Amino acid sequence: MSDDTSQGRPGTEVATVDEERYPVPDPGLEPHIPRLTDVDERAANRATRQVATFFGLVPLLSIGFVVVYFAVPGNVWVDFGPLRANTRNLLLGLTFGLALLFLGIGAVQWGRKLMDDEEKIDYRHSAASSDDDKNYMLTELDKVVDESKLTRRKIIGRTLLAALATILLPMIAGLADLGPWPTKKKRAETIERTIWAPGIRVVQDVTFEPFKPEDIEVGQLINAEPANLQDLHGSEYQTEKAKAAVIVVRMDPNTITIPPSRQDWQIGGILCYSKICTHVGCPISLWEQQTHHLLCPCHQSTFDLGNSGVVVFGPAKRALPQLPIALDAEGYIIAQRDFTVPVGPSYFERDSRNDYEVGDN
Amino acid sequence: MAQPAATVPDESAVQAQTPKKELGPVFKVAAGPTKYLDDRLGIAGLGRPFLRKVFPDHWSFLLGEIALYSFIVLILSGIFLTIWFKPSMAEIEYEGTYELLRGIQMSEAYASTLGLSFDIRGGLLLRQMHHWAAAVFVAAMLAHSLRIFFTGAFRKPREINWLIGVAMLTLGIINGFTGYSLPDDLLSGTGLRFVDGLIRSIPVIGTWAEFFTFAGEFPGELIIPRLYMVHILLVPALLLGLIAAHLALVVYHKHTQYGGPGRTEGNVVGFPVFPVYAAKAGGFFLIVFGVLTLMGATMQINPVWVFGPYNPAEVTAGSQPDWYMGFVEGGIRIMPNWEWHIGSTTWSWNVAIPGLGLMGLFFGLMAIYPFVEAWVTGDKREHHVLDRPRNAPTRTAFGVAAITGYSLLMIGGGNDLVATQFDVSLNAVTNFLRVAVFVGPVIAFLVTKRICIGLQRADHDRLIHGAESGVIDRAPSGKYSERHRPIGPGEAFRLIEHDETPALLPVTDVDGMSVREIRGEQLRRRATRFFFIDTLRRPTRAELEEAARHHAHGHDEIGADGEHHAIEAEEEHHLAK
Repeated sequence: MSDDTSQGRPGTEVATVDEERYPVPDPGLEPHIPRLTDVDERAANRATRQVATFFGLVPLLSIGFVVVYFAVPGNVWVDFGPLRANTRNLLLGLTFGLALLFLGIGAVQWGRKLMDDEEKIDYRHSAASSDDDKNYMLTELDKVVDESKLTRRKIIGRTLLAALATILLPMIAGLADLGPWPTKKKRAETIERTIWAPGIRVVQDVTFEPFKPEDIEVGQLINAEPANLQDLHGSEYQTEKAKAAVIVVRMDPNTITIPPSRQDWQIGGILCYSKICTHVGCPISLWEQQTHHLLCPCHQSTFDLGNSGVVVFGPAKRALPQLPIALDAEGYIIAQRDFTVPVGPSYFERDSRNDYEVGDN
Repeated sequence: MAQPAATVPDESAVQAQTPKKELGPVFKVAAGPTKYLDDRLGIAGLGRPFLRKVFPDHWSFLLGEIALYSFIVLILSGIFLTIWFKPSMAEIEYEGTYELLRGIQMSEAYASTLGLSFDIRGGLLLRQMHHWAAAVFVAAMLAHSLRIFFTGAFRKPREINWLIGVAMLTLGIINGFTGYSLPDDLLSGTGLRFVDGLIRSIPVIGTWAEFFTFAGEFPGELIIPRLYMVHILLVPALLLGLIAAHLALVVYHKHTQYGGPGRTEGNVVGFPVFPVYAAKAGGFFLIVFGVLTLMGATMQINPVWVFGPYNPAEVTAGSQPDWYMGFVEGGIRIMPNWEWHIGSTTWSWNVAIPGLGLMGLFFGLMAIYPFVEAWVTGDKREHHVLDRPRNAPTRTAFGVAAITGYSLLMIGGGNDLVATQFDVSLNAVTNFLRVAVFVGPVIAFLVTKRICIGLQRADHDRLIHGAESGVIDRAPSGKYSERHRPIGPGEAFRLIEHDETPALLPVTDVDGMSVREIRGEQLRRRATRFFFIDTLRRPTRAELEEAARHHAHGHDEIGADGEHHAIEAEEEHHLAK
């Protein structure tokens, strides 16, 4: 084996021949074999007719498209096997698509069957510039530097560099208002709080009806929102809903584990948890009644609602935050207070020491 | 030996000449306008290098063309969509044609998407074409990059064009994501929620990045207008610039070609741009355009009216991103729940590693591979003749390992569907994939390498013994053997023309080398052993001549055993020591 570090044929010239290492000579380009259309006039005529037919269908289809556009109503549906589609949309697509397709097929067929098909040769040149070009550039660039007086008056070059570097600063600083700065105060007002507050009623998420413990059967899960959500609109509504959404479940108190510190967070086996996954924030919605597991359909993190919402499977790390609930004077379920920890996915400044972990009291 | 072949002479060698033939009527009509343009723009000089420029012909070169053409379809259909789409998160009550959603509160973005789908004639067609074209665009780029990879087309002088390609693939995926987030339907909102969690998870700066992206909390009211700007201006402009650079470099380097008789590192054999490629490539553009239109007409994609408007408290089971995000989704799903809680900080590795790390790893490995291989081989030559994948077994094995890892992650992205469709436990699928994404690529690497070497061995046998004739002889002794006939000079050349890079022993003569240099060189040499130690060596001139004599001998004694080869495999290794 060669101990030489520079393998291969020497230099960058192309097409060097090394008789020893490339022992089979290049027989050169194979002879051109005429196609049927080159030697048989009838085949050539047939190909011509094919191309002309494809091209000839295009005007018909194009006109068809315009006719469909103005003539076919938008409320008719085709139902044919796997195809269930709006008739107008389908016909517009078929006419336009086939027109394009036939134009393309005609052109390709023309190129394949009738155009001269003898392969031609181009010669390559090295991607590198010629020595002449390189020398010219070097000598002239040297002159450029001299002529600019940059070498004699160095202060110009230095200040120019500093100027060019700092001129970027306004462009970068100008982006500082992309969004509010998530300072500690700002975080406390935004991602670390929800609109849950003492006494806010827990209501059904579609009807906004409050409910009482006796409305919930054991094993039932209710998607709920804070009652004050309906006062909000637009993006504010969406932003608060994205944090405040909860689920209320009723489980048999004898089959679940409630730590002493959370005994008064629930009402006879009715517990309320954040609906927002602690992984990347999907609303969790798949409830396994028998196991008390709640599965996130996005990435399959599974939480045990019978055990303070701890993670039993999947990529989520932290337990689902639990909302302490109570009953108001009329017997409706209300929140005792906001969540004790931030809901939703992790972020760097999140203090995760207060989240419930297996073994906590 | 060489066949005379038509050539396009070097441009400098041909004197400008007036065509002898009488020019046709079109030329006469066009003479005035073209003179006007040429006097001002010099179009004859500009067009001269391109009119008859030669491109080689091969089906695998069409993959990049599909990407280019679907990008053009994306721009054309995208312009149509912008005429009606309103990138606004302002809340309105829907009062359009689609009865099931009438009276429901939704964003203007979603309402205008419904309008495009139901009220604008051809709107649904263009929406579906646009979405299909995006899926095809990314798929074609990926397939094209695999073609480039497996044939070694990324080698000098094309490394920079490979990097441009990687950048375009990244931008294509980003733009696909920003695009399907725009309609503000339930699925796209869920995707955005995921991205919010992803951005947040970046250690140290995550919350800042989140607030700067969404202008505050998720979802806020600016994300859709911002994504719209990114989707229709920023990324397309970058892509257009990169496409221009990509194609300019293809023209400058001239296209690579597959090897074969008469195809050398110094030439390019194929058809001229005019008329052949004007017809074939132009026609192919129309075929791609036509097929995408037919897909838009007959294959439903992203029916946003079924999903409903975005509601941060709802999600559909079986939510899936578009296919090109599938591998990231898979990484996110199968990642163990690693998270650090240090003091009052949270380091969310369970999201950051698969979400950002995986994309960084995928595109990073792609980007550096050409430079790693160039360092290992120490090869400074230009390469224009493509490798057959079998002749670069280690590279091919790396490629297949990457495909395997990617595919396993992609399966992970649908682990819930795998579980429900094949009736297996979701947890088992996830746990299996957690191991498989590491083991699978290793197995794929080893198997692919063996297959490549096996194929090299088959080539070797063809060179030495010729082609199997299918004629079995039985000798008087009862031994069976098959006749072989010699292969033609063209095929023989094809089988032996590839490069051969030696695996190097550790350097012993270290005079004049610094410790650092020695260490670097030993590492490189170890890498050459890893890459090339078990690739099959080409037969030498002596071996070929010996084989030829052997055959000639057999030919003289008709009926004898000479030209036959026992069916039992002959061990003829020419491995490097």
